[in-house]
Amino acid sequence: MRAPVSHLPLVATQLRYAAGGVAILHGLDLAIEAGPPLVILGPNGAGKSVLLRLLHGLIVPTGGNVTWSGEPGRPRGAMVFQRPVMLRRSVLANAAYPLKLAGQPRAARHAAAMAALDRVGLAGLATRAARRLSGGEQQRLALARAEATGPEVVFLDEPCASLDPAAARAVEAIIAGIAGRGAKVVMTTHDLAQARRLAGEIAFLHRGRLLEQAPAATFFSAPSTPEAAAFLRGELLA
Amino acid sequence: MSDLSLAFDAALTLVATGDETLSRIILLSLQVSISAVLVAALVGLPLGALLAVARFPGRHGIIITLNALMGLPPVVAGLVIYLLLSRSGPLGSLGLLFTPGAMVIAQALLIAPILAALSRQVLEGLWEEYAEQLRSFGAGTWRAVPTLLWDGRFALLTVLLAGFGRASAEVGAVMIVGGNIEGFTRVMTTAIALETSKGDLPLALALGLVLMAIVLAVNAAAQVARDAAVRRAG
Repeated sequence: MRAPVSHLPLVATQLRYAAGGVAILHGLDLAIEAGPPLVILGPNGAGKSVLLRLLHGLIVPTGGNVTWSGEPGRPRGAMVFQRPVMLRRSVLANAAYPLKLAGQPRAARHAAAMAALDRVGLAGLATRAARRLSGGEQQRLALARAEATGPEVVFLDEPCASLDPAAARAVEAIIAGIAGRGAKVVMTTHDLAQARRLAGEIAFLHRGRLLEQAPAATFFSAPSTPEAAAFLRGELLA
Repeated sequence: MSDLSLAFDAALTLVATGDETLSRIILLSLQVSISAVLVAALVGLPLGALLAVARFPGRHGIIITLNALMGLPPVVAGLVIYLLLSRSGPLGSLGLLFTPGAMVIAQALLIAPILAALSRQVLEGLWEEYAEQLRSFGAGTWRAVPTLLWDGRFALLTVLLAGFGRASAEVGAVMIVGGNIEGFTRVMTTAIALETSKGDLPLALALGLVLMAIVLAVNAAAQVARDAAVRRAG
């Protein structure tokens, strides 16, 4: 279901971002290749959400650039926000909306949206009002909606931040499924246990700088910076 | 006091017996005002949505102008349309002056700014919530307009009601461009004004009662429909 032409690697070069005179990212280099999920780890305020928005193309960097397979091009990928916006429509219409924007005919987009809902276990709620769903169900719908168009990269911003453990487990299973179907998952979290369960690769962000990018196993067993080591011990909070 | 109660009795009889003159006036009033709301909505709602999402030079000026035009006196709207449609005016050849069509145009002119200004306010709040998510989906400003209009449909129903209330209650504009011709362009408000000045209080009062009942019924029905829809769609 993905586009046959790959737009990876996604490369950020000397990426800077400042808002209201406050520098949030200080010249960050990051390359994202196809493969298992990349988890962006770091304490609150490290710039994780801003980095995701820059990579997705939602905001324009103050300096540096983001390229997809070497070209600046238009923003790509799909994103699930920490608090996803539920359109004031049915569950099915929410999942089908990005396909509608993409110009798919009604029957095709409904079929694709139903398939996406089925993968997150919401097919039975298709006709319900999306805003009447529980928090966990809304998050699952947001994941289905993001995946409906078959994006090559799925950005997830703290996907389990406000969920109870059962809902968080369901969401993690869905994320693993998205990665299993070949999409590149790029997600932020401050939950170390979740990072251990999901990550193939870790990017460790601290105070607007990328301190480490390493395979998950390497990062967790032998972090190469003192900040990362402190973070893993639960000592580095800001 | 007895004059009033006599007039009231006569008015109720007119309503109860379905008087033909009365019915024709009511029907025309509804036709004109509902048509005016539809015409004004075609322009006003998309304009309001566009002003809610787009940022361009002059936007602020347009919003201020629209807010000011919300208070446009009906007689001024009537006068403008009169000048346009009069035989020597630019649109005089259409022969619309003193027809229901002219009344629709005048009322539409009167309420289009109201619909645009109110829908801009309503949809701006929705846009604040939706903007980032829609950009993530790849929807540009133009594409966001129909999405906002649809997702704001319940709030916009209230906006349309405000427009309908204003249209059905005004007398100045339809008086000037319609001419209050009996059986042709006479509507409830112009009839009330005329019958009161002639001293035919029962007809005036009957029309007044019906006008209030209609406005009440329309608002109540819309409220019920809105509540039901909100319960379904969230």
